[in-house]
Amino acid sequence: MQIEVTNAPSLPRWRGRGSRFGLSFLFAKRRSLASPLPRSGGGIGRGLWVAALLATLIAPAHAYKAYVSNEKGNSITVIDTEKLEATATVKVGRRPRGIELNKDGSELYICAGDDDAIQVLDTKTLKVVGKLPSGPDPELLALSPSGDVIYVSNENDNLVTLIDVKKKEMIGDIPVGVEPEGMAVSPDGKLLVNTSETTNMAHLIDTQSKEIVANILVDGRPRFAEFKKDGSELWVSSEVGGTVAIIDPVKRELKQKISFDIPAMSKEAIQPIGISITKDGKRAFVALGPANRVAVIDAETKRIEKYLLVGQRVWHLAFTPDEKYLLTANGVSNDISVIDVASLKVVKSIPVGAFPWGVVVAPQ
Amino acid sequence: MKSLVAALCLLLVAAPLAAETLNVKVGVLRETHSRETLSILDIPAADDTLAGALLGAADNNTTGKFTNQTFEAIDAKLEEGDDVVAALDSLFEKGALFIIADLSPERLLAASERAKPKGALLLNVSATDDRLREEDCRANVIHVAPTRSMLADGLAQYLVWKQWRRWLLIKGSHPKDELLAQALRNSAKKFGAKIVEERIYQDTGGGRRSDSGSVQTQRQMPLLTQSAPAYDALIAADESQVFGGYLPYGAWDPRPVAGSAGLMPTNWDPAHEQWGALQLQNRFIQTFRRSMNARDNAAWLAMRMVGEAATRAASNDPEKLRLYMLGNDFSIAAFKGVRLTLRPWSLQLRQPILLSDGRMVVSVSPQEGFLHQVSELDTLGVDQPETKCKLK
Repeated sequence: MQIEVTNAPSLPRWRGRGSRFGLSFLFAKRRSLASPLPRSGGGIGRGLWVAALLATLIAPAHAYKAYVSNEKGNSITVIDTEKLEATATVKVGRRPRGIELNKDGSELYICAGDDDAIQVLDTKTLKVVGKLPSGPDPELLALSPSGDVIYVSNENDNLVTLIDVKKKEMIGDIPVGVEPEGMAVSPDGKLLVNTSETTNMAHLIDTQSKEIVANILVDGRPRFAEFKKDGSELWVSSEVGGTVAIIDPVKRELKQKISFDIPAMSKEAIQPIGISITKDGKRAFVALGPANRVAVIDAETKRIEKYLLVGQRVWHLAFTPDEKYLLTANGVSNDISVIDVASLKVVKSIPVGAFPWGVVVAPQ
Repeated sequence: MKSLVAALCLLLVAAPLAAETLNVKVGVLRETHSRETLSILDIPAADDTLAGALLGAADNNTTGKFTNQTFEAIDAKLEEGDDVVAALDSLFEKGALFIIADLSPERLLAASERAKPKGALLLNVSATDDRLREEDCRANVIHVAPTRSMLADGLAQYLVWKQWRRWLLIKGSHPKDELLAQALRNSAKKFGAKIVEERIYQDTGGGRRSDSGSVQTQRQMPLLTQSAPAYDALIAADESQVFGGYLPYGAWDPRPVAGSAGLMPTNWDPAHEQWGALQLQNRFIQTFRRSMNARDNAAWLAMRMVGEAATRAASNDPEKLRLYMLGNDFSIAAFKGVRLTLRPWSLQLRQPILLSDGRMVVSVSPQEGFLHQVSELDTLGVDQPETKCKLK
């Protein structure tokens, strides 16, 4: 879920306002988390999609394409972010979870865990055109800022695998903790972060030497990692611990933890997973799983501003490149909630496939 | 030399990720469980319980690479007449001060007594007896296995949620069958179900699979269950595995069976795959070529609790780790969808209860809507205001 930064202004995916740093941002990606299935009996109500289309009417939205992995549907749903509706559903490998676009948005990489493969989907033809080599049970992946290397967490053998994108070759692996999951690369590409769910650590890895340079203990079952775009902070969500750890990636130490408190909701139901931080580093959104809410956090003071009711069992998040919308993949209610970022209102729910898990957005 | 060791120990306390390797030895003291099960699927394997501890140690050792800690599981298997104290002493001699205990209540209490002067910590992974957390609770025994009352409450919540409130209870004739029946009676009262009638199935011997007596037992099921008052669910209290397995499809009335057969409450089931559990099941099957049962899982979890506490507290001292596990900072992930913590008043691990029909996990309790002021997990089993436990 880190935001990728590049200083090539002509990159095709960027169509939004220019950044004040003179950089273009491709898009905010989310990495995904393994989704626990629902317990029977269902969760809290799905929320009212009452605020509806107001925001869409106020300002014209850019048309981007969002891709959603449906873990049990074994498919990818394509969404038009202007019309806010699904335009296509593509059958892919079994148990697709982590998804990632390449630099120009022409290829979507899909971790098909039960096929022990990373599939390559051509985003023009929407056909699976090939495979990248992968270790067993790939779950999440992260692309280096240069776009040359993919880092994959292989849940079954406690390894992070490195893949050369152009040559489609495995170029190394790094032993990490038990059940590696969350993956993020620092904006300068020098630091790779992997979280291990059962070891409960964020492993900081030097991408040059491919060595672990620090292991930082966080709370139980860390599932996702996200850098602020200026590289000043690394956020790690702990699903079972119920917290988000803020790590200083330079000093390589834990700075603070954010906990959540929702009235009339048990602590155990609050399970942070996906994280998205705005490009200016001022606001963060954290998906809270079975709490069916996304927390809105002042990313500077770390104060929680608001909880937004979304669909059931919310996993991963992705901004549209212009940061007008934030999309949330809701694993149990089989839909995507659309959050209007400016008004902090949930404006729409878009039905997708079975058990949506990951979501990424690219310009059309 | 001694002062050097002492200095190193101090360093370890001061710096969690210090360079000196910390070795944590965990004994696995386990009884031989009966092979007289109604279904051949339930016959315990030779490495029953031990396999879970070994997998837990392997998981801990992966983490230990980063923290300079190593974990070792040392097996001690007891046959029927073996002396538990002698076996415990041999584990102490090997340096194991953490003991994963798969023991009967009597042996567990004897082990607890013996462990006291050694400062060792026991983790109970199989005895479900409530008395071990109540009048017979011990300060040096942490209970990873759920109690009968937690299991019964987990089942009762689901049946009540389904509006199957009228129960016909059939219990076996052995003492532990009565213990389960009592837990079920308490649960019925607690959650508003009604036991319309109770019947006993007398164990006359010879009904089990190995005696080729299954046909006899099976044929008695209609007789046992006919002419009952109207009821919604047939509840079996048959921990001794004498008749319960024959109730589904064998009873007089077409009613769902629950308890010791049919829909069964348990801490773990080989069919459980939610919340990432599939990963643990896969690891276990790949390593041991069989599926993980409830005792294996409790042993894995006990080993993980020791590992988690040792990592966070940077120590291998049983008392330090015990205090850490009791503290507010401790929680453990166990593929149950929520964090698990200890009830400080009885050292019982809070945990969701799976309801399995042997093929599928049908539901997981606590059920939605059963509320609690502290933790919904405390709607299962004996809560703090009712406890009789005085830890010593």
